[in-house]
Amino acid sequence: MQKFKQYARTKAGRDTLISFGIVIVGFVVMQVLLAMGMVSSLLEGLLIPICAYIIMAVSLNLTVGILGELSLGHAGFMSVGAFAGIVASTCLSGTVGFAPLRLAIAIVIGAVCAAIAGVIIGVPVLRLKGDYLAIVTLAFGEIIKNIMNVLYVGLDGAGLHFGLLEQGFELDEEGKMIINGAMGVSGVERLSTFVSGFVLVLITLFLILNLINSRAGRAIMAVRDNKIAADSIGISITSYKLLAFVISAAFAGMAGVLYALNYTTVTANRFDFNTSILVLVFVVLGGLGNIWGSVIAATLLTVLPEVLREVGDFRMLIYAILLIAMMLFNNSPLKQRLLEKRGSKQMEKVSEKEGA
Amino acid sequence: MVLLNHLINGISLGSIYAIIALGYTMVYGIAKMLNFAHGDVIMVGGYMCFCATVYLGWPPLAGIALAVVVCTVLGVVIERLAYKPLRMAPALAVLITAIGVSYFLQNAALLLWGSSTKSFTSVVTGAPIPLFGGQLTVAPVTLVTVAACVVIMVALMLFTSKTKAGTAMRAVSEDKGAAELMGINVNTTISLTFAIGSGLAAIAGVLLCSAYPTLMPTTGSMPGIKAFTAAVFGGIGSIPGAFVGGILLGVIEILAGGYISTQLQNAIVFAVLILVLLVKPDGLLGKRMSEKV
Repeated sequence: MQKFKQYARTKAGRDTLISFGIVIVGFVVMQVLLAMGMVSSLLEGLLIPICAYIIMAVSLNLTVGILGELSLGHAGFMSVGAFAGIVASTCLSGTVGFAPLRLAIAIVIGAVCAAIAGVIIGVPVLRLKGDYLAIVTLAFGEIIKNIMNVLYVGLDGAGLHFGLLEQGFELDEEGKMIINGAMGVSGVERLSTFVSGFVLVLITLFLILNLINSRAGRAIMAVRDNKIAADSIGISITSYKLLAFVISAAFAGMAGVLYALNYTTVTANRFDFNTSILVLVFVVLGGLGNIWGSVIAATLLTVLPEVLREVGDFRMLIYAILLIAMMLFNNSPLKQRLLEKRGSKQMEKVSEKEGA
Repeated sequence: MVLLNHLINGISLGSIYAIIALGYTMVYGIAKMLNFAHGDVIMVGGYMCFCATVYLGWPPLAGIALAVVVCTVLGVVIERLAYKPLRMAPALAVLITAIGVSYFLQNAALLLWGSSTKSFTSVVTGAPIPLFGGQLTVAPVTLVTVAACVVIMVALMLFTSKTKAGTAMRAVSEDKGAAELMGINVNTTISLTFAIGSGLAAIAGVLLCSAYPTLMPTTGSMPGIKAFTAAVFGGIGSIPGAFVGGILLGVIEILAGGYISTQLQNAIVFAVLILVLLVKPDGLLGKRMSEKV
């Protein structure tokens, strides 16, 4: 118990406890509400996307907040993961009967494929700096979207068939198209469940928080804060940058599988530039490097447009105004003053205690 | 002949990108921010011209004038309300605010004009000009676009190098604090830059809609991203760079669409961008900055 208290007092310990606390409380509350039938079907449909977006936001926070490099193409990795996961789950539908196991295998395969894409993209991209790096990630995101739009994958007795630009292969009688170019995927078995999403969020939080608080995590943050200083004490900048980038991509791939297996039809255009930006907004609004901030921001901002549905056509307009207002408030002198006030009150309390 | 035709189309599209990229690069140079709302200012320019010529029956030139005035004012207002309070804030906060402004403009346009596509009548009329005995035709709007682009580029170069306001602009982009000490009004200079950038966006919007006559609330976003790419391609912050980057991007896009695949058109454009940045990390004409410890 003593140890636990000490752990909770450190910043890393507090962040970890808050992150897990929020997710577990959120899950329990939703489960109770679901059991009581008090959740609207609209919100119920959002549960799995929320889990996927939380994973996306946490993983992008690793790149943007912890590594300090702006990425505008995170949805590309989600796309790679999503389609790899769909192909895997379709291939396994005959051999693995148990749905959660099939989902787990699909998620692992999605993560591996996204990680491979992360290596391919990360090696050239991470040589660049700042806005140039941002534009190249954007470019890669668009390239992935374009390629996914012209990709054809089919499955028959002879195995998997691939075609680019045109179908270019014939399937036998029992054969079935999995990815059909720009039409995307249709007739997917919906394997994702809220519980699996929750478990995946927990795994993500556990792994990423542990990474951040490990030796590697501190090295990554040192690279962010001062590259030259980090280099001079023997931290290999390139390998730590790549490590963070690839891990971030792998989690985005997982989120992609979870997200895609929640719908019966998926097209590549779902994972476009706007999705990347959406996730970036979660990260920035939740606070750079703040994991539980990302969790809360992803949840609130996914629910917000749906809640605003009542105001009809004005909802996205209000969303935009709220977004600008929040950013302005976050950086305004007003907030600074409020924080200072609170800070000085705490200081007073401390000094009173010391005085007594 | 086909190649020549593609080249002409490419230069025409590239000129539009170049005009947008010039605005992007000016704003970036001075405010050091990626103004994602720039693409949506293009869209507003297109709608303004559309309203003036179709609803009010004004002549095309008056429509262009209205678009430029409205967009200039809009650009300055956006800067004052959304970006100025964030001048000391981290770059990402400004970026997200710019995205917020972009959403705002798109959805405001959606409410005002609806989601249906409006068909835009070209502001430049006249029969296509035949070349090589009719084997090839050039639309008058192409000539106007290319001419406008060259004129704007030369005017901007002269403005930034010869005039007092232009010199002030370069000073502010180099070092805000030092510029202020020299008696330059930083706020006015930044507002002026946004005014020029947005005015250029309006012109680009009208030309874009004249060449590709459909208009909807998301018309500006893809050209905006492409122009941003063009600006980086040429070296962001550099005026000739934006021009060269824009033209090259347009030509590559049309050639890729014509000879390889229209579906992979954008992928090829972005792949070329990546290759260029890997060889020249600061863009084609960008300045190499050495890192200080």
